[in-house]
Amino acid sequence: MSNIFSRLIQTSRRRSPWVYRINAGSCNGCDIEVAPCFSPRYDGEQIGAVLQGSPKHTDILLISGPITLRTQEMVKDVYQQIPSPKAVIALGSCPASGNVFHGSPTIVGSAEAVIPVDLYVPGCPPRPQAILEAIQKASVMLEKGETRSQREVSHE
Amino acid sequence: MNNWWINAILALLFWPGLLSGALFGWFLLWMSRKFIARLQGRQGPPFYQPFFDFWKLIGKKTIIPNGVNPVLFYALPIIGLISIIFALALLPVPGSSGISFEGDLVLLIYLIEMPVLMDVIAGYVTRSVYAQVGATREAILTIAYNLPFLGALIALAVRLHSFKLATFAAAPISIATILAAVALFVALLAQLKVNPFSIPNAEQEIVAGIHVEYNGLPLALFELTHALETSLLVGLISILFIGPFTSIWMKLLIFFVVAVVVILLTNITAAGTARLKVQHAFKFYWTWGIAATVLVVAAALIL
Ligand code: SF4
Repeated sequence: MSNIFSRLIQTSRRRSPWVYRINAGSCNGCDIEVAPCFSPRYDGEQIGAVLQGSPKHTDILLISGPITLRTQEMVKDVYQQIPSPKAVIALGSCPASGNVFHGSPTIVGSAEAVIPVDLYVPGCPPRPQAILEAIQKASVMLEKGETRSQREVSHE
Repeated sequence: MNNWWINAILALLFWPGLLSGALFGWFLLWMSRKFIARLQGRQGPPFYQPFFDFWKLIGKKTIIPNGVNPVLFYALPIIGLISIIFALALLPVPGSSGISFEGDLVLLIYLIEMPVLMDVIAGYVTRSVYAQVGATREAILTIAYNLPFLGALIALAVRLHSFKLATFAAAPISIATILAAVALFVALLAQLKVNPFSIPNAEQEIVAGIHVEYNGLPLALFELTHALETSLLVGLISILFIGPFTSIWMKLLIFFVVAVVVILLTNITAAGTARLKVQHAFKFYWTWGIAATVLVVAAALIL
């Protein structure tokens, strides 16, 4: 009985990824590419994805930009406000390497240094198809318990 | 006596209570989302979406915000849910083994108000500015939309000389019934918080409104309450039209068809309008709501 129950919850994690995004100093290019994911052409609602306004309702965090020093604390704060299990997707080249902002004294330059990232979407900016694919992959990871939030908790 | 208890439990848990109410409510909510998506040229969510949304929330960890009483945090959605289940059990749907007595309409109206009240309290309790703004708006809107809602129900009760819901469901369709259904529909828009009256949960404006701090299990309970509320309020309009039919299958069919039509009309309105300000919504209900009420009462007394 409890087996069926946990199976049901796992499936629903894949079927219902709710998305929240933070702009951590991005040039806005990546954020503009998120909007079409929920427009008629790509329609993320088909895989159950919905943009949420509150981090408390979120399963998947989209983070864009090179993490400026001023946003660093807020990114951590938002991440902690998300109830686990949660997945983090880094959008574009900025959170991976700092990209064109590399070497700037005002950025951290790596999302990994601030919060545990599960998936990177390459591109500057990435295409909406790639973002949707990442959302779908992240929801499968949530189902299988493979996100870093889930694995790190189970190690404790 | 024993039989009465079994019937009451059946009505609370299965038909028309928790189980069928939730399934029917989820179906109606899915239809709303699908229909809006189709109107916007999108594909929309698959059939089982609200069901999985609910279970996913159940499976999430719950974070209780700092400085919020945990008992209160959990109690509010539970009280709202229990009241709406009892309200559903009173609904005289075809084939219901339900509880029915003289005056159950009054009890139903009280029980419908409970989740709204819990919402407002929840907004204040969670100590978020957005939730407080949402709660204030919801409280104001309650005063507004209850005018046509109560007006229509009271007019019907006066016409049928009864405060019993079963009489409503057995009454023949007349002009008064149709006008009452229209008045209930106008109130329904605000009760379901869809455009143009999506004022208390205005996303993009006050984030997620009242439920902004809610998460995990309590949020799931609020969502379930919303699904049950949808099936109850839509069902309340539907039962006005099942009177003239004798066979139970015919009654069920009409019940279902009217519910679907009501949801489609709601969403055409929602997709075709923009959100009003709270003062404009209030004005709308206190002018057109009063007009509708007067019309229904006049039709009920004269025709
Ligand atoms: S990856 Fe490119 S598009 Fe995205 S925020 Fe960085 S510079 Fe802008």
